Amino acid sequence: MNWISNYVRPRINSLFSRREMPENLWSKCDGCGTMLFHRELTENLNVCTNCGHHMGITPRKRFAALFDGGVFSEVKVPTPIADPLHFRDQKRYPDRLKAAQRSTAEKEAMLVAEGEIGRTPIVAAAQDFSFMGGSMGMYVGNAIIAAAERAVTLGRPLVLFSAAGGARMQEGILSLMQMPRTTVAIEMLKEANLPYIVVLTHPTTGGVTASYAMLGDVHIAEPNALICFAGPRVIEQTIREKLPEGFQRAEYLLDHGMLDRVTDRRALRDELVSILRMLLKEPPPVKGDLPKPDLPETVVAPAGDAAAPAETPQPAEQEADATSGKDPKA
Amino acid sequence: MTNYLDFEKPLAEIEGKAEELRAMARASEGMDVEDEAGALDRKAADMLRDLYKDLTPWRKCQVARHPQRPHCRDYIEALFKEYTPLAGDRNFADDHAVMGGLARLDGRPVMVIGHEKGNDTKSRIERNFGMARPEGYRKAIRLMEMADKFDLPVITLVDTPGAYPGKGAEERGQSEAIARSTEKCLQIGVPLVSVIIGEGGSGGAVAFATANRVAMLEHSVYSVISPEGCASILWKDSEKMREAAEALRLTAQDLAKLGVADRIIKEPLGGAQRDREAAIASVGAALGDMLKELDGKSAKALVKDRRQKYLDLGQKGLAA
Ligand SMILES: [Zn+2]
Repeated sequence: MNWISNYVRPRINSLFSRREMPENLWSKCDGCGTMLFHRELTENLNVCTNCGHHMGITPRKRFAALFDGGVFSEVKVPTPIADPLHFRDQKRYPDRLKAAQRSTAEKEAMLVAEGEIGRTPIVAAAQDFSFMGGSMGMYVGNAIIAAAERAVTLGRPLVLFSAAGGARMQEGILSLMQMPRTTVAIEMLKEANLPYIVVLTHPTTGGVTASYAMLGDVHIAEPNALICFAGPRVIEQTIREKLPEGFQRAEYLLDHGMLDRVTDRRALRDELVSILRMLLKEPPPVKGDLPKPDLPETVVAPAGDAAAPAETPQPAEQEADATSGKDPKA
Repeated sequence: MTNYLDFEKPLAEIEGKAEELRAMARASEGMDVEDEAGALDRKAADMLRDLYKDLTPWRKCQVARHPQRPHCRDYIEALFKEYTPLAGDRNFADDHAVMGGLARLDGRPVMVIGHEKGNDTKSRIERNFGMARPEGYRKAIRLMEMADKFDLPVITLVDTPGAYPGKGAEERGQSEAIARSTEKCLQIGVPLVSVIIGEGGSGGAVAFATANRVAMLEHSVYSVISPEGCASILWKDSEKMREAAEALRLTAQDLAKLGVADRIIKEPLGGAQRDREAAIASVGAALGDMLKELDGKSAKALVKDRRQKYLDLGQKGLAA
């Protein structure tokens, strides 16, 4: 019926990124320069324990912290045709993609999952800035459509975490066409009266901001996130003047009426649960860390999963295909 | 006075020489230069045909931006009757980069909306070179809503380098305005047809061109980023715009193959700027055809078809 309806059965997900660093490593805060234990930083959701600066976080780490018990199942995203324009700048586009896949151990720049937060079933999508700047191409478009369709099928809200430098130039006009495509996806949610919450994270710019990231029922941004259509450098070149401090940052957008809230990442989960449950007319949430939900088909991955070799590309796709294709119970 | 593009320089020389000869003949009685001038004319015509036979993507960008190309205002004045501009977003201002209002096309009332670049220094500044601010998109949203309410088809004429990258534009929510305009394009239950008449610059174009039917003039372009912008980001050298224009596949011909453009409107030899009336007439005919294709479709079908068209995009790529 629908070209995008091939959904994968819930399956195991690793809790942590496969390129987890050894715990004796230090990271330097981009905000205050403090050296932070990597483990300490991870436990604090990549927010500096000294100054509160929000550093980037991968979709997998975010979901591990977001979903009850760290359990979620990935929603399958249809793979688009590869390199539709045969794009080549100083590198070939397929080579750039492969390099990004190797360095992130992810297939593409968006992860879609379903699970429960505070016992509230949701679908979530998160953009991965570490994958080619989170850029929006056919895959990200497919991911948002898959997320919206899954949310409509299950009658659940969609929570989307945006992070992107803009459109994927290497897909030319087809990347631009993700603006109307993703807008169609958001229309599906609206027509089903399902809450759509956008969490704008650093940075959210260009065509991404000018489509699904600005069409939420509720807009929440992480502190100091850069959120804009045209970047500060382009504007400075155009108007030939220096922009004020904090221009196009989350707090500035809040002041100018473009956001509902600016919320610290560490408080975000509770806030999402609270807002969603009110919109859904559910009773107030039970606070605190919740154990994994009693879902027979999902299993918490062992924490030792981090030991997997960093070089292996994320095998999610193959596993997923095998599950949906040759499930003996099906 | 013809405005020549850099690649038209040899043509300018020949046409200039022919013109010079004729001017000399006019000044001195009895002097006959017609044979010689006629030969130059034929040479120029051959050269024009050769130059335009296979324009490179970068040359197409230049033609699409040609200052003497007909602009939105020219099309509205020539093709529509009773054009009644409607101004303002009812919130902040009227954006002169966006024209729009009620008009009749072949007697049928429609809502026409488009970007206007201006045609001299004064009007270019007034029109902000066709770069709209949030109030421009919000005006378009208002006009699309009105058209939807009164069951009038919407025609959009797209010609913009992109949305304006300015301080005020960002403060007033450029992103939100573009997102809402695209959303409105997808919501209205009336026919929406769009013509890219010059430059289809990124999100600023999508906000108007998310339509049931999208036509592109033969030498118009439609792209996610300008070749100069792409070159400076990916080649780290804005002078590599020729390479970037090539790689971006932004021509009407490539976009038709990708399904983004539904039809290509042929331009007069040498581009729309060489024969403005003919170009305008072709656009008028295409608008009539596209509206006819959508006649009799219910509001529901129009919305459904439009959405499905965008969901389906990207199924096929281009040949290497
Ligand atoms: Zn810090």
